[in-house]
Amino acid sequence: MEKAMVEVQHVTMDFRRDCNRTTHLKEFAVNLLTGRHHIEKFRALDDVTLTVPQGCVMGLIGPNGAGKSTLLKVISGIYRPSGGQALVHGSLVPMLELGSGFDADLTGRENILLNGAILGYSKAFLLPKVEQIIDYSELRDFIDMPLKTYSSGMLARLAFSIASVVEPDVLIVDEILSVGDEHFQRKSRARMLELMKGSSRAVIFVSHNLQQLREMCDRVIWLDHGRIRMQGAAGEVCDAYEREAAAT
Amino acid sequence: MHKKNIFRYGFLLEQLVKRNFNTKYRQSVLGILWSFLNPLLTMAVQYLVFSALFRSDISHFPVYLLTGIILFSFMNECVTLGMDAIVASGPLIKKVAMPMAVYPLSRCITALIGLGLSLIPLGGAMLLSGTPLTPALLLIPAAALLTFCFALGMSLLMCTLNVFFRDTRFLWSVASLLWTYATPIFYPITIIPAAWQPVFRLNPMYQLITFMRTIVLEGLCPSAGQWGMCLLAAALPLALGVFVFRKTQDRFVFHL
Ligand SMILES: Nc1ncnc2c1ncn2[C@@H]1O[C@H](COP(=O)(O)OP(=O)(O)O)[C@@H](O)[C@H]1O
Ligand SMILES: [Mg+2]
Repeated sequence: MEKAMVEVQHVTMDFRRDCNRTTHLKEFAVNLLTGRHHIEKFRALDDVTLTVPQGCVMGLIGPNGAGKSTLLKVISGIYRPSGGQALVHGSLVPMLELGSGFDADLTGRENILLNGAILGYSKAFLLPKVEQIIDYSELRDFIDMPLKTYSSGMLARLAFSIASVVEPDVLIVDEILSVGDEHFQRKSRARMLELMKGSSRAVIFVSHNLQQLREMCDRVIWLDHGRIRMQGAAGEVCDAYEREAAAT
Repeated sequence: MHKKNIFRYGFLLEQLVKRNFNTKYRQSVLGILWSFLNPLLTMAVQYLVFSALFRSDISHFPVYLLTGIILFSFMNECVTLGMDAIVASGPLIKKVAMPMAVYPLSRCITALIGLGLSLIPLGGAMLLSGTPLTPALLLIPAAALLTFCFALGMSLLMCTLNVFFRDTRFLWSVASLLWTYATPIFYPITIIPAAWQPVFRLNPMYQLITFMRTIVLEGLCPSAGQWGMCLLAAALPLALGVFVFRKTQDRFVFHL
């Protein structure tokens, strides 16, 4: 096996479910005085350990609420785990909801710089790539107009184009994206596959499409109630998951 | 975790400052002119109201007013804008990991640029009122920087509080109003009863504004005592703000 790109070691994630969640100083003061502050913990990930080596496409499967998105957020560094640690070696691009950093008042071109900076690209890396991003998005005619004049399909195109110019070491995908019109959907899907196939990178992606998982993944992890239920070769895990789904 | 190292995010900081600056100045018709007019108009009103009371005690009263107004509203802007920075970026913070201090910091830097712009009307008022231009004016950046550090510290503290308790902004709007009156901006500290003056001198904004006035009005380098007080006024709140922000920032995401 080649070197590990992502190492998740005994990660536990507890969410606080405050029964009377205080978002106001006034309530907080009242609760403090009346001693009515009750916190309930909810364990969304329980002792999860996994390794994704270089060149591996790792699928993540499990019912809703299993903790898949939470795991991706821990790996991306958005959540700090309550226990254990998640190590990522190299650059990471999370393809979670794209374009969340857009500013409607800025032009498309300005948003490319802003969004690229948010994703952690350096100036030296991004500036030479701007024209390539514009070409890829096929939005050159609109690129100097404010984003509030864009349709949602155009926004999605721009977002995908910014996120996909990079060649990250680790790619995190929560459900394969299909954005824009049919033509752009096909194009972005092809680019996604191209990115995922790169032999120097590690990919973790969540999907409910077993067909897709079998085709694309080397390994699959089945997550259930925050625990790893099973992990192994894609076919094996998908078969087991399918059998259980059929039984219930 | 390298994603959280703010020193790798200079480019993001630059983009955010540019964005803040654009939204501030591109959208209003008067644009940058407004940032000149705003302190001048405030000064004009205060001059009309208070000059009968205090003009005899204070030479170059318009410049006296303007230094106080400019520094105080700079601090107020840092806190008011910075306080909202994390909450306003909530949707983004839930999706991409980054050092969260870039948000309040970028807003304070935007306000600092605004402070730089408001030195132009200050210069104008100095010329018109015949305040001598001295080499001491070269120390204005030091005064600005010290005030910036204090304001950034306050901004980080209030920003943290605002993530956990959304009514912080109401608290701040009351507090900042009281603070304006408790700071000798349009009056000299000598009108405060002698017994109370030591308390008023503990106000960091009083120290910083007096520092600025020594430079601008008296044309002098502030005394060692003034430097000491202002360094404390800048360093302690900044250290506290950075400490509290860093301690709690991992939990922000659960409150957005
Ligand atoms: N920020 C949060 N606060 C409290 N509970 C959460 C939070 N995020 C997720 N959860 C809970 O954690 C569990 C796992 O959620 P998630 O990771 O989104 O599941 P999946 O993506 O597998 O459908 C769910 O029960 C969900 O309610
Ligand atoms: Mg999910």
